[in-house]
Amino acid sequence: MSKTYFTEDHEWLKVEGETATIGITDYAQEQLGDLVFVELPETGKALSKGDTCVVVESVKAASDVYAPADGEVTEVNNAVESDPALVNSAPTGEGWLWKMKLSDTSQLEGLMDEEAYKAHIA
Amino acid sequence: MSDQKSLIHLPLEAVHEEAGARFGAFAGWRMPLTYPAGVMKEHQHTREEAGLFDISHMRIFEVKGSGAVDFLNRACPLDAAALETGQSKYTLLLNDQAGIIDDLIVTRLGTDRFYIVANAGNAQKDEAQFKSIAKDFDVTFEKVERVLLALQGPAAEDVLVNAGLDLSDLTFMTAVEPRENWFAARSGYTGEDGFEIALPADEAQRFVSSILADERAMWIGLAARDSLRLEAGLCLHGQDLDENTDPVSAALLWAIPKSVREDGNFVGAEAFRRIRAEGAKEKRVGLKPDSRQPVRSGAPLMDEDGNSIGRVTSGGFGPSVGHPVSMGYVAKPLAEIGNKVFAEVRGNRIPMEIVSPIFSPHRYRKG
Repeated sequence: MSKTYFTEDHEWLKVEGETATIGITDYAQEQLGDLVFVELPETGKALSKGDTCVVVESVKAASDVYAPADGEVTEVNNAVESDPALVNSAPTGEGWLWKMKLSDTSQLEGLMDEEAYKAHIA
Repeated sequence: MSDQKSLIHLPLEAVHEEAGARFGAFAGWRMPLTYPAGVMKEHQHTREEAGLFDISHMRIFEVKGSGAVDFLNRACPLDAAALETGQSKYTLLLNDQAGIIDDLIVTRLGTDRFYIVANAGNAQKDEAQFKSIAKDFDVTFEKVERVLLALQGPAAEDVLVNAGLDLSDLTFMTAVEPRENWFAARSGYTGEDGFEIALPADEAQRFVSSILADERAMWIGLAARDSLRLEAGLCLHGQDLDENTDPVSAALLWAIPKSVREDGNFVGAEAFRRIRAEGAKEKRVGLKPDSRQPVRSGAPLMDEDGNSIGRVTSGGFGPSVGHPVSMGYVAKPLAEIGNKVFAEVRGNRIPMEIVSPIFSPHRYRKG
């Protein structure tokens, strides 16, 4: 049983228990354009909500991806490091960025569900 | 974000909207940045087929009168008399300190008539400087309102022939006036063969349709224009050139004819000759990051010991060369091809090799 949340910074989080898989939304990848470089964190890195966790770079610019909640990085998607275009082609699938163990799941309450996010970007 | 309302709109804006352009602000204009194909495909398409760019934000000036040659020789480090009718030349507008106010293309269209194409962001400054110099010469100096298009890439000549405009007789940096109030030059800013065509706004939509009827041609946005020019080692004024850089440190001496370097009476000549005699303190170079990570404008450059030795002025990813590419300035004794320097990006130290700024070889159609 998992639930997907969205942030105002155009990230998605798929939460199962205390573990969240995080990536950027289709809207975000479209805004950024073709990605050429993804800088991932080290596994084990402690994150506070709002910290820059990942940097995605398009041909034109670098953009930060923020930690949507407190926790610790448990896994990173090395596939996007060697093939950044995965984030463009499958932002909510194969192009996920990192997994983290959430230290306070109550922080999820302030996030949007899919419907609210769709309204947010409309 | 800039106030979208205060931006200047392209005459063909509706055409770009229709083509699905994503717009952004550039030099005060609302410009198409990308189209649905995206910057990577747009870039590669230009190198492989033909890319159509709307560069109407660039400013065209016309200089006319018996003093036109002398005026241009004063305004720019140029030998205007040596230009044949139909010949274009890349040149500069300098201040008294030989700082680069703008880079320009000047084309001779007749005995006493020239066109100047200037960057959008500098157009007002250019106009002020040109007009103040023009007072001392028998010339008129006026803006020319046109739609300005560039068609770039190996298929450009052929696409234009099919669109009813045969420019196959032109070679790189030559120009004609093929129709009344039209101007066409074999030039561009991508490193590819191609053309820049100025035409009246009311004829532009039809002409664009006739170009795009050829499936080898597609719209290309400003984002790919930037990656194309950067791969080709071409400078963007405001980043790689500005009033604090001079032609010597910018490695643009090739743009100034030898006789003009020695004897020219252009604005900034005295300072220019002093810099040449003393030697520039730094030099513009190409930089190849030893990493997949792009090193962009503003990144500081250091030597192995961490001493500051320069800065990156343009950087990004080169879709055709398949790796990140940068351009920047490095302190003179170190600015040699093959030397290693280090850039700092978000706390990471990225090794970079000094290389020729021309990452993608130019494919101009020379005579």
